[in-house]
Amino acid sequence: MDNILSVLVFFPAIAGLLGFVVNKDSIRAYGITVAAIEFLLSLWLWFSFDSANAGMQFVELIPLIPDFGVNYYLGVDGISLFIIIMATLMTLIGMMSMSITENVKNMIITLLFLEMTMVGVFVALDAIIFYLFWELSLVPMLYIIGAWGGPLRVYASIKFFLYTFMGSLVMLVGMLYVAYVYHSLTGVWSFAITDWYALVLPVNTQLWLFAAFFLGFAIKVPMFPFHTWLPYAHGQAPTIGSVILAAVLLKMGTYGFVRFSLPMFPDASVMMIAPIAAISIVMIIYTAMVAYAQKDMKQVIAYSSVSHMGIIMLGIFAMNSEGIGGSVFQMLSHGIVSGALFMLVGVIYDRRHTKLMSEFGGLAAVMPKYAVIFGIMLMASVGLPLTIGFVGEFLVLLGFYEVSPILTILAGTSIIVGAVYMLALYKKSFFGPLTKEENKKLKDLTPVETWSLVPLVAIVIWLGVYPKPVLDPINNSVNAMLVFMKEKAITAEAKDMITIPQSVIKTGEVK
Amino acid sequence: MFEPIKVSMESLNLITLAPMLIAIAGGLVILILDLINSKLHKSLYVILTILILIIDFGATIGLNVNERGFFDVMLIDGISIISQLLIIVASVLFTPLALTSKRFHEYSYPEFFALFLFMVAGFQFMVASDNLILIFVGLETASLSLYTLIALHNRSNSYEAAVKYFTMGALAAGFFAMGSAVVYALTGSIELYQVAQALASRLHETEIALAILGSSVLLMASLAFKLSLFPFHTWAPDVYEGASAPLAGYMSIVPKIATLVVAIRVFGMYIDLGVEWVRDMILVLTVITMTIANLMALVQEDVKRMLAYSSISHAGFIMAALALDTTEGTASIFLYYALFMFTNLGAFAMLWISRHKVRRFSGRFDHPYEKFAGLIHIMPMGAVIMALFMLSLAGVPPFSVFWGKIYVMQAAVNAGYIWLAIVMGLNSAIAAYYYLKLVVYMFLKEPVKDVDTVYYNLSKPLMAVIGFATVATVAAIFYIQPLISYLYYMISASGY
Repeated sequence: MDNILSVLVFFPAIAGLLGFVVNKDSIRAYGITVAAIEFLLSLWLWFSFDSANAGMQFVELIPLIPDFGVNYYLGVDGISLFIIIMATLMTLIGMMSMSITENVKNMIITLLFLEMTMVGVFVALDAIIFYLFWELSLVPMLYIIGAWGGPLRVYASIKFFLYTFMGSLVMLVGMLYVAYVYHSLTGVWSFAITDWYALVLPVNTQLWLFAAFFLGFAIKVPMFPFHTWLPYAHGQAPTIGSVILAAVLLKMGTYGFVRFSLPMFPDASVMMIAPIAAISIVMIIYTAMVAYAQKDMKQVIAYSSVSHMGIIMLGIFAMNSEGIGGSVFQMLSHGIVSGALFMLVGVIYDRRHTKLMSEFGGLAAVMPKYAVIFGIMLMASVGLPLTIGFVGEFLVLLGFYEVSPILTILAGTSIIVGAVYMLALYKKSFFGPLTKEENKKLKDLTPVETWSLVPLVAIVIWLGVYPKPVLDPINNSVNAMLVFMKEKAITAEAKDMITIPQSVIKTGEVK
Repeated sequence: MFEPIKVSMESLNLITLAPMLIAIAGGLVILILDLINSKLHKSLYVILTILILIIDFGATIGLNVNERGFFDVMLIDGISIISQLLIIVASVLFTPLALTSKRFHEYSYPEFFALFLFMVAGFQFMVASDNLILIFVGLETASLSLYTLIALHNRSNSYEAAVKYFTMGALAAGFFAMGSAVVYALTGSIELYQVAQALASRLHETEIALAILGSSVLLMASLAFKLSLFPFHTWAPDVYEGASAPLAGYMSIVPKIATLVVAIRVFGMYIDLGVEWVRDMILVLTVITMTIANLMALVQEDVKRMLAYSSISHAGFIMAALALDTTEGTASIFLYYALFMFTNLGAFAMLWISRHKVRRFSGRFDHPYEKFAGLIHIMPMGAVIMALFMLSLAGVPPFSVFWGKIYVMQAAVNAGYIWLAIVMGLNSAIAAYYYLKLVVYMFLKEPVKDVDTVYYNLSKPLMAVIGFATVATVAAIFYIQPLISYLYYMISASGY
């Protein structure tokens, strides 16, 4: 099936449209079935994916506005493949564990449209198509936060929308400028990212364009100091909204850096290593400290998300195979782990309608299964060896060690501070005496909740022990990108900084 | 004594007048029909109007590019043809909105439709000439008809709106006449192509520069009134509020297209001659217009006033493309209006479907935001369609206005005005707030009490128009390519 990417993008949307016909009592089963089919399709994509090929696969190209260079251009490589699978998986699991009872039909349909935009962003190879899905993803999320959120939901959803919208409009101007430069050099209009890769831009232009794209991506990541929308969005969003937001939507920002900023502006990226590393370190340490000060469980996880996104940013700007590959892996790991943690907070919120840690204590005694799964996810989040969190974080730190040992040590403190706030959360909520009367009758995980969480636990441990099947295709594509960046870089520092692993140099070229 | 004037019919090239004559003749036919039998139903007039406009469309699309006619006052170039087509399409879309399920005073008069066709003819004259006098005649024909159409709505604030628009319009007309007089005094000609020739050779003289300043400031003021550019925009929200919703939507599109064409001819000429400060003046005015109007729209309590300010802002946005004076810039103006037309007319038509005789939610406003609260529970399809229009106006892809926006921004980037593209981008971000506000009211708030008595004005023709506008908004991506290539071909053919 050569057009599997189109199927992946539009199947949820068509299913969402047809979902209006389905009766509202059966809509949940419908949504889960559609999401499961979509997930199986994405697994099929993985099986038919040629891991030895580092380039774009399953490419589809249909001209849309040829005079303006806009094409319907899709493709997937090792970097985007697993993020797509993670997006479909988290949508499926999020839908299974969903506890919303009012307006379920609207929620399911919105989620299916959201799934279309998420897959669309990661498979788009045309900048305008990418931008299209990127912006469109805001609308369903706005509705999810605004319609099912907490008391400040309208404020939070509008803040989320406007913040991201503003950043991406500046990015759009950047894209238009790249297209203009491409046109003035070649005489052809094109928005295809693969065409843009071939552009060698002067360093000054690169810096300006890097700044324009940075604003769009950094707000989405969210990087300090643009992160203020995130705690509001998470605080007010329903569980399913937080799961999708943390697991997939934030990855769009970091994915954008890997897909656009690095290969298009290698020199500017190398020049910006120091400032971005500084921001990332601030992000890692400052938000970790803020997380420790929170009283609300969900806010702890929201801030820890920002902190982990800092690690991902650091790895991307390590400019070597370990760092970037580790970052991409960490995107998957953070997606699964933070998604699971938000779901776990949702579980307790459904029972007690509060997320304050002071309301709990001694939960381990009444909810043992819950406590075990929470514990595993928490360890994975902290980066305990043999869990998925360790692999990514270790690779990132290893990669950045080559850039700056001191900054790496600072970033490494995140593991310690992370352990502090996460274990404090665990201690306050799960250990100690059962003081509150209401907590004594709490029910443990229901079968539905258990079966949504167990697959995630399995993935967390499987990829923690044996990450090779995922890491290999990622590294393959990342190496190809590094070789290409090194060739393209014009300044000596950039050529020096971008390191290609020895194994690749020996074999002469990337497979 | 005098030589007899001999004019051959062929040199008159009367075919260039055909589109306007069809519209005028159509208006007269409607008046005659009314004389013969005064009890005819409005549906007859509506359909007749549409048929006449369709013939008008056919006559326009068949014109040859770059022809002059009728003593050389008529100029049929690319932009005159595409702007006439846009005007006619918008008029065809507007006309069925008269077929409401509730009875409205204005539509029971056939004069409404006759005036409407005269107005269309006036706008067509305005865009199909580079003779300042004919432009003025077209402008006045169209404007006087439009004032009357507003007043026909027969409510106290429509009279207010019509009188306000009339006084402002008269002032603008005065400015236009004075500006043209200065141009005539300067060059001895009122044909713009001769003016350009006369000016080109004398541009370095200081007196000329001063006179150019005078004429362009006067002409700018008059056109800025019509385009509602800052600081001549203050009439727009009041007039839109007083006019009926569809007419307000119509006013935000058609008169502006016609005026923009005049502006392209006049200011494009100055910019081509190398009078750089005209370009700077336009840039400053447009940047202020889009920003101020956006900020004003933020604080509006009434959806119609919000849409009024939003269309001022869009007009500023699009006027900025004029200052670029490139083929892409000019093409983007028409592309933008072609796309904006459907969305904006659709949005105003959505206000029209729930018309109340008495103000129900607020003593001051007809369409306060509260009226739309929880529309998703009352009218799910209506709420979704309105939300699509709002997202499109905000510039969310893949809806129609987004493509217009990126094309304008691309034109700005190509012409080297990157700061302008960034200002446009940031303005779109500000604008997103007030469009979202309506979406939030419709989707996220509970309906205000006693909504069960909402007074529907919906009829099949209204639904057809709104449905058509929705399809045009959503499926824009599929017809952009032919549209762009047609516009680009027509505009480059006439040398802009």
